[in-house]
Amino acid sequence: MMKTVSGATIDAVVPAGEPWIGTVTRGQRFRIVDLEGNQAVDTLFYNALDTAEHYSAQNTIQAQRGIYLTTGTVLLSNRGRPMLRMEEDTCGRHDTLGGACSAESNTVRYALEKRSMHNCRDSFLLALATHDRGLTKRDLPSNINFFMNVPVTPAGQLRFADGVSAAGRHVQLHALMDTLVLISNCPQLNNPCNAYNPTPIRVMTWESA
Amino acid sequence: MTLLWEEEIEGGSHWSGVIRRGVVLRLTAGAADANVAALFFNREQPLERYNMADTLKAQHTAHLTTGFVCYTDMGRIVCSITADSCGWHDPLCGLTDDAMIAARYGATRFQEQRNARYISGRQAMLVELGKFGLGERDLVANINFFSKVVADERGALTRVAGHAKAGDFVDLRFEMDALVVLHAGPHPLDPGGAYAPSSLSLRASRGAAPAMDDPCRARCPENARGFINTERMYS
Repeated sequence: MMKTVSGATIDAVVPAGEPWIGTVTRGQRFRIVDLEGNQAVDTLFYNALDTAEHYSAQNTIQAQRGIYLTTGTVLLSNRGRPMLRMEEDTCGRHDTLGGACSAESNTVRYALEKRSMHNCRDSFLLALATHDRGLTKRDLPSNINFFMNVPVTPAGQLRFADGVSAAGRHVQLHALMDTLVLISNCPQLNNPCNAYNPTPIRVMTWESA
Repeated sequence: MTLLWEEEIEGGSHWSGVIRRGVVLRLTAGAADANVAALFFNREQPLERYNMADTLKAQHTAHLTTGFVCYTDMGRIVCSITADSCGWHDPLCGLTDDAMIAARYGATRFQEQRNARYISGRQAMLVELGKFGLGERDLVANINFFSKVVADERGALTRVAGHAKAGDFVDLRFEMDALVVLHAGPHPLDPGGAYAPSSLSLRASRGAAPAMDDPCRARCPENARGFINTERMYS
């Protein structure tokens, strides 16, 4: 069911390759729309009142005994507390094992000469450096990759598969605490996570009915 | 390899120490169903630390065994797995916390149980990190050595009971000076019941520098580049 965006307190388009920071208050809905399809959205959540508490991939995986994030998944913090609940997902599967690309990991994964390519960690670091919340590289744990497909086989292999997302698909989260959201709209050009063509996303919040 | 030192860690206990580049640290399980939570930091600059995602995606794996290496977030290798008798170590499932330990094994307190009280993985890690000026912000995703957790096609996770046997070992050859933090405590998907975490033996030896045909270096082009990045730091 499509919700109206009237009354949204945030409604922004994040261009390809750009970071975004915003605050979602407890009870609000937060939606990310994959506007053109197959766009990885690297995302971290922090307790807005105490940023040492943040989204934890391992707490979340452990509690739901499953590696993929979708409708019904409760995103847990490193203190084991619920931060947001995924209440709508028209994509079907999101990754939390693949982490964020960085200049350094690009040298390992692709070629030493790839160091200068734009990457998610550079976006995260620039956003944190200019946001004045005292957050640094130290505060970058394993993130979520919304709209990204990273299957694990029963034999324990990890694959980066073509995206399962498409234009207009979205994920919607219900904030269970006041949350600072940090996004890198992924600029990676070396693998299919963005279909080799990074594209914009839309982020929206609104109050609960 | 020249033996440097050995140490026994009681089940349920935590440990930390500096392991130098070129040292091979052997972890040996004292009993079946052992689990050892582990984190690694660069000794010179602990802001550089073991990174689950970079380790998994560089090597296209969701488990660790012989031939795999542990990457930091800076494109370097903190340690290589040069031998492993049990074939699978879990990099996905994280730590136990206090509430989980109390719910699964019963609430304990120092006031009654003294040193037999149960310590959660999270508490163990925070104590050891604190000794180096590190804390909650440094408590990143960890490895659980000796535990096997498999994902089915829907991503549902199952821990394989009885995976590790008494005497199983894994050799970690350190490629950089590292701070190593360990907890010999239950795996977070352990079903609970009797609290009887396995003890852990540590054995440190002087190893040979990784040759050009070293199996970890040669495993994939990614690892060859990871070794180049690491060796440049010491050149």
